[in-house]
Amino acid sequence: MRNIEPAVLKRLYQEMLRIRLIEERIAELYPMEEMRCPIHLCIGQEAVAVGLCAHLTRDDYVLSGHRSHGHYLAKGGDLKRMMAELFGKVTGCSKGKGGSMHMLDLEAGFLGATPIVGGTIPIAVGAAFGTVMQGENRVTAAFFGDAAVEEGVFHESLNFAALRTLPVVFVCENNLYSVLSPLSVRQPSGREIYHLAQGHGVESFQADGNDVVEVYNLAGRAISKARRGDGPTFLEFKTYRWREHCGPNYDIDLGYRTEDEFQEWRSRCPIDRLKKHLKGKGLITDLEAEDMENSLRAEIDEAVEFAGESPFPEVEALEQHIFAP
Amino acid sequence: MHRELKYSQAVHEAIELCMARDRSVYVMGLGVPDPKGIFGTTLGLKDKFGAGRVLDMPASENGMTGVAIGSALVGMRPIMTHQRIDFALLALDQIAGQAANWHYMFGGQARVPLVIRMIIGRGWGQGPQHSQSLHAWFAHIPGLKVVMPATPYDVKGLLIASVEDDNPVVFIEHRWLHNITGDVPGGLYRVPLGRSRVAREGDDLTIATASYMTLEALRAAEMLAEEGLNAEVIDLRTLKPLDEAPILDSVRKTGRLIVADTGWRSVGFSAEVVARVTEAALDHLKAPPRRVTLPDCPTPTSRALADFYYPSARDIVATAWGMMGLEVELPVMQETAGALLDVPDKSFTGPF
Ligand SMILES: Cc1ncc(C[n+]2csc(CCOP(=O)(O)OP(=O)(O)O)c2C)c(N)n1
Ligand SMILES: [Mg+2]
Repeated sequence: MRNIEPAVLKRLYQEMLRIRLIEERIAELYPMEEMRCPIHLCIGQEAVAVGLCAHLTRDDYVLSGHRSHGHYLAKGGDLKRMMAELFGKVTGCSKGKGGSMHMLDLEAGFLGATPIVGGTIPIAVGAAFGTVMQGENRVTAAFFGDAAVEEGVFHESLNFAALRTLPVVFVCENNLYSVLSPLSVRQPSGREIYHLAQGHGVESFQADGNDVVEVYNLAGRAISKARRGDGPTFLEFKTYRWREHCGPNYDIDLGYRTEDEFQEWRSRCPIDRLKKHLKGKGLITDLEAEDMENSLRAEIDEAVEFAGESPFPEVEALEQHIFAP
Repeated sequence: MHRELKYSQAVHEAIELCMARDRSVYVMGLGVPDPKGIFGTTLGLKDKFGAGRVLDMPASENGMTGVAIGSALVGMRPIMTHQRIDFALLALDQIAGQAANWHYMFGGQARVPLVIRMIIGRGWGQGPQHSQSLHAWFAHIPGLKVVMPATPYDVKGLLIASVEDDNPVVFIEHRWLHNITGDVPGGLYRVPLGRSRVAREGDDLTIATASYMTLEALRAAEMLAEEGLNAEVIDLRTLKPLDEAPILDSVRKTGRLIVADTGWRSVGFSAEVVARVTEAALDHLKAPPRRVTLPDCPTPTSRALADFYYPSARDIVATAWGMMGLEVELPVMQETAGALLDVPDKSFTGPF
């Protein structure tokens, strides 16, 4: 896969697998009704988060929306604190006040994820604006879905980012649906999403979001460009959500999308694709892959245990943090 | 003939009847024609009335509210639907700036017959951005009517009346009401906007309330009755225009007022009711009026905090005894003993 060092490829593989296994564990645990908050799993979409964040340092910033687990993890967000957050525990990354839809890890440069569609796009632009005002050389990435470009605030944000040549990378994960609504009832056919961004004067690309190498390469260019001070880039990645919009289950039975479509995307699993390549090139052995998976599972076990054993917030926390002291 | 319907079915029936009767009525909102149909309230409508009148929309709450307003100006009667009240916040200028003022600022020459359904709720970790109770904001705006029905009967009659009203109506449904059942007559009937309802009669204490808190107030009244205290429960049904007279009449009779509200305390709707009563019936009050509301803090996600966040019948009962100057040991409530307070009942499993 085009001039990428084997070590990098292996890391991309491991990161994607890690997110997949974490999400699957969440799906497994969710029916026990201990994680009492809405969850939006990113199974099937891991490549975008991983390929993009591979180029970011801890000093860079990321913002996201409702489907943020992958972005949080790829940016280096703490797994134990994420699990605890889903369980509503005081040791969670938002101290139990946010749940799955409101996560942050400042040490990792994960500036926050909130579930109002489009809501964090201007905030990402603002973060980039703030870093420029302070003479810092940081890049900010905003992750959002295909529905977010329908919100007015998306356009206002791109306009300003272009106007000020801000170091932002806009990352649109186009998974074809908003909840149960296909693109066809929301956006004109024949008009590509990335063309919208071009209209705002933001250099734009569209690529296969299930090919982590393609994501990695495009992201590398966009992020270097931002770092050089050459302004924003918009990246549209076509991908697919495997599970239901919100919750742990599969939902093909609802009838809003077809089994064929699902199977077609499933056969293009970003993790399987890279694994096949790695094995074909002799870059990873079965034993190595198994070891990797086992150690990831051990890490996840530990995080779940941590979350389970952690205490809930005390009643005093209710009226804490309304104002900064 | 008695017919038991769920609150959600009553909403559905109201929309269906309005659409069948008047071709200018149409329904629009994220997910309206999808297989879940806004918690069942819009299921099957697309098959019956066609895709031209039962519409999904882009995630463009602000723009699409303007589109609804524009269509209303030229003769349509849109019912816009938001799965959460929080999503309507993107459209505040269109709602509070444009729709609310349009009739007035053009000297009464134009009108905006628009219903905006907004769903509020609580629990299951909906948290700070998916379960705010913002009815007081809308009720503050001149030109907006605000409706918050508590029963299946009322939700049907009030929705029909709202669709027929020539003003923008913010129609608020509490998610925990969608599954309750009650008597709902078939056919068209209206519950007029701006009329409250005495949900239970009593002489000792007035509880003014609306929406989901009506259920908690009625539960509280039962608990109080067991100890010999008779509470009158007034379900306001419409916050704007507010039906003041029955509250005043009741307080003149009982001398005591509790306002139980799903919203926050400060500058909340409960404050408005207390103000009206103290302005008009101060001499009749035997004790300072009291409010049972959310504390002034955002909605926490953790269920451990949600348990302390939401007021219940128990809080109303405790407040009532406090007003009477009595200390009564509170009974453990059967239905909530040991249960988690972030779900309405055991049948309710996440994510919604
Ligand atoms: C302003 C606003 N409107 C509606 C919603 C309800 N909602 C939650 S997620 C979602 C779908 C968003 O779709 P997309 O941006 O494509 O992201 P995906 O879920 O596909 O990852 C919607 C409509 C919301 N959270 N915020
Ligand atoms: Mg999508």
